Amino acid sequence: MKTVSAVFAGLMVLAGLASLDVPASAQETIKIGEINSYSRLPSFTEPYRKGWQLALEEINAAGGVDGKKLEVISKDDGGKPADAVTAANELVSKDGVVMLVGTFFSNIGLAVSDFAKQKKIFFLAAEPLTDAITWSKGNRYTFRLRPANYEQAAMLAEEAAKLPAKKWATIAPNYEYGQSAVAVFKKLLSAKRPDIEWVGEQWPPQGKIDAGAVVEAIARTEPDAILNVTFGPDLVKLVREGNTRGLFKGRSVVSFLTGEPEYLDPLKDETPEGWIVTGYPWNAVAIPEHAAFLKAYQAKYHDYPRLGSVVGYSTLKAAAAILAKAKSTNSEKLVDAAEGISVDTPFGEVTFRKADHQSTLGAFVGKTALKEGKGVMVDVHYRDGAKYLPPESEVKSMRPQD
Amino acid sequence: MTFFFNVFVTGLASASSLFLAACGLSIIFGVTRIVNFSHGAFYMLGAYVGFTLTERFSSDFGFWGGIVLASVIVAGLGALVEMTLLRRVYAAHELLQLLLTFGVTLVVEDLVVLVWGPADLLGRRAPGLKGALSLFGQLFPTYDVLLIALGPLTLIIVLLLLRRTRWGVLVRAATQDREMVAALGVNQRWLFTSVFALGIFLAALGGALELPREAVSHTMDLQIITEVLVVVVIGGLGNVFGTFLAAIMVSELNAFGILVFPKISLILVFLVMALVLVVRPWGLLGQPEAATRAASGLQIMRWRPLRSRDRLLVAIGIAAAALLPLVAGDYLLAVASEVLIFMLFAASLQLLVGAGGLVSFGQAAYFGLGAYGAALALKQFNLPMAAGLVTGPVLGAFGALVFGWFCVRLSGVYFAMLTLAFAQIVWSVAFQWTEVTGGDNGLIGVWPSAWAATASHFYWLTIALVAVGIALLRVILFSPFGYALRALRDSELRAEAIGLSRHRIQWIAFVLAGAFAALAGALYAFLKGSVFPDDLGIPLSIDGLAMILLGGVGTVSGGIAGAALYKSLSIWVISQTEYSKLVLGLLIIVLVSLFPQGVLGAFAMWRIRHVVDAKP
Repeated sequence: MKTVSAVFAGLMVLAGLASLDVPASAQETIKIGEINSYSRLPSFTEPYRKGWQLALEEINAAGGVDGKKLEVISKDDGGKPADAVTAANELVSKDGVVMLVGTFFSNIGLAVSDFAKQKKIFFLAAEPLTDAITWSKGNRYTFRLRPANYEQAAMLAEEAAKLPAKKWATIAPNYEYGQSAVAVFKKLLSAKRPDIEWVGEQWPPQGKIDAGAVVEAIARTEPDAILNVTFGPDLVKLVREGNTRGLFKGRSVVSFLTGEPEYLDPLKDETPEGWIVTGYPWNAVAIPEHAAFLKAYQAKYHDYPRLGSVVGYSTLKAAAAILAKAKSTNSEKLVDAAEGISVDTPFGEVTFRKADHQSTLGAFVGKTALKEGKGVMVDVHYRDGAKYLPPESEVKSMRPQD
Repeated sequence: MTFFFNVFVTGLASASSLFLAACGLSIIFGVTRIVNFSHGAFYMLGAYVGFTLTERFSSDFGFWGGIVLASVIVAGLGALVEMTLLRRVYAAHELLQLLLTFGVTLVVEDLVVLVWGPADLLGRRAPGLKGALSLFGQLFPTYDVLLIALGPLTLIIVLLLLRRTRWGVLVRAATQDREMVAALGVNQRWLFTSVFALGIFLAALGGALELPREAVSHTMDLQIITEVLVVVVIGGLGNVFGTFLAAIMVSELNAFGILVFPKISLILVFLVMALVLVVRPWGLLGQPEAATRAASGLQIMRWRPLRSRDRLLVAIGIAAAALLPLVAGDYLLAVASEVLIFMLFAASLQLLVGAGGLVSFGQAAYFGLGAYGAALALKQFNLPMAAGLVTGPVLGAFGALVFGWFCVRLSGVYFAMLTLAFAQIVWSVAFQWTEVTGGDNGLIGVWPSAWAATASHFYWLTIALVAVGIALLRVILFSPFGYALRALRDSELRAEAIGLSRHRIQWIAFVLAGAFAALAGALYAFLKGSVFPDDLGIPLSIDGLAMILLGGVGTVSGGIAGAALYKSLSIWVISQTEYSKLVLGLLIIVLVSLFPQGVLGAFAMWRIRHVVDAKP
């Protein structure tokens, strides 16, 4: 009897869900499905959400796309790839969206991109950094906005090569992002500077760094310079222990993403000075596209934008531009339109390359400094992504032939 | 030499900070036997409240006062949770407290973001302890010196409290024999509340004391909770000194371990726990658990196989469910398939927990092995889906065969924690062995063969396999083997006296449960088209426990109802609400409070009381 009631209970729940499964009516709007790790990583995704909401408002105020308003249906993936696939399925099969955008974590980006390939639906990955998404596991339906891990590594390796340092040690979170960041950086820097010696490496688990022990272990290898790939709470712990224990004294530090306000701001007056970082100095970007974005953002939210805001904003602007160019919501036409399209972003015009579907969005490289008790970036230069990507002829062979 | 001294001292600082976080859990665990999953949440709350107070009172005194005050406030919250929620379920299955505190954790995780905002917060450095000492030419943070002193100091105070006060005598008595203490007229309710409040006070203090060392973020609870659970178990349940030793052991092994193996941190604590438990089944300083008196709430309902009328109803139910593709779209079919898959997963866990009395915290390992077994068949050997549906369960069963052999030598919480350790070891293999498993980027492109590619075909395949799986599990349960398993659960001594071999029977049950969980995992891989280390992770094991507890652990098939309920709810909540953890956590709390025996258990009780033809 218990099984019977169990089956009935299950059926009732399913029946309840069935009532939600009615396809939405009136096709007056163009629907875009958006997925991100809102509950898992709010420090990045909240500004990101504000960014795309601002872009949505601007696009619709200007008449939408082809006379139709855009509508974004946004889902949380809880930081789990499997849940992201469920959300993608809901957006595509039930809500009838014409494309998917978003995602933060690399594994979630890959899961959704594979879903997009299977279902033949257009997917614009906003944030995931893994090189695999456009190269070794790239597919026809997936495009990516943010500069890949490879590009950031190339930008930093270029700066690192100018340093006199010969002995290098690395600290990176122990997962794919950290591993590939270190691998690419090592490869590119060693190519430029064959005299360099790699004397130590530490791989703390993401989110669980035992900073004191890591700092001791790195100090023991007596490097001239250190590469850091940790971010978020791990970075804070590392910086605090490193500052107090004098690890960074007299040593150059090159650090991924540390100049992004999401990770720089929490360091407040303990921001280490003189680190070479990639990031986003929101109050030091001089181009008019950014000034307009900044003004609109601050007017709407009374807060300054983070890098996530720029990513969210540019993602939706790019989506709208692709829809406008395709003049269709057909996936194949969207892909054709997106290949080689140029889009305006707060960092200037970027192009989605035809060969690997990677945008040429760049990043800012500069040095950290302390100003009025806050961390800022100085000596900032914008590095155009196009200059740091392998040529299109080369990447063809890095992608699966599908 | 001086270098090793420095590493050692650094390890001591980490050990102290770990011990401060774990000590409260050890006390709560030892006395009330509550697996307080919300310990990490209170630790995090301590840091957040401490942050607010220390920012507010900016004097030197304000800093230390703020930290203590924060701990007191959070301890008050903890006492409130104990009095309003936990007290209601002491009589039910002891795992229910795990589920309830899990619900509390989910709520707290969303609440801190709502209250304190999404950004990470940087707490003040401790006044007067900002700098560093020079130790043989190496700089060492003065704050760490304070921590190194605070760890043993806390240990001594707690030991004095336990050894020298009347309260402590009662607590130790309750640790050994709860019922006897109650029978002697001690008011257990207040004893439990005070123990819980003290434990939470220490958790919050541990969290607040981290302010000068790390950033306050909404993931602090997850960073700490498994680690402290493990440390407490390594030390031996209810033995605070053991916890202290375990914290030192783990931290020192980590501090020295990363010099040789820079990637060891990921798995170190679980390796240590597995080794310690294999050698010492009750932890470093723990005592064998006293024979528990009849576990209350469990054996009230008698189990029996389905009668022929019920079988007919089940058949009709399955037939009706098979008609779903006529009315439902692709999304709903995928959700229904997912719910079905978790019904099988929960049923496999219920065989262990319900019938076997073997609480596993690591059932996800076998689910995940099934998923990886299936995915690897496709990706490495280019086999079709049908082969993957065989290789998955085979791999899962093999994993259960190996790990089960070790696990069934233990019992109770130690058994649970050893399953957890093995699950984490498997997880770390999947996470690290990038060449084969793809690491955390997983294996993608694991889609069903053409004949099962449409949502409706896959749904039919799922419903067929799940129905057969659950039917087989029921056949096993009502076979002589199933009776033997239950006999061992109810009285190990008597069962062995009539010639039942505990190790052998429980080992077989472990393998069977693993195989069925792996079948569910293999189906799951094809449903999602990808496999990730998440499929082996602790959260999935907890989900499984939540399902059988919500359904009713004392029933034959409560897990099936619980899985339907829990999975549908969580999919719905994450799709439709912005604060999904908050809503899901509250739902769990409400459901557990309303139906401590699970929804199916409550239903069965209702039937016994109200339906005439049901004989007790």
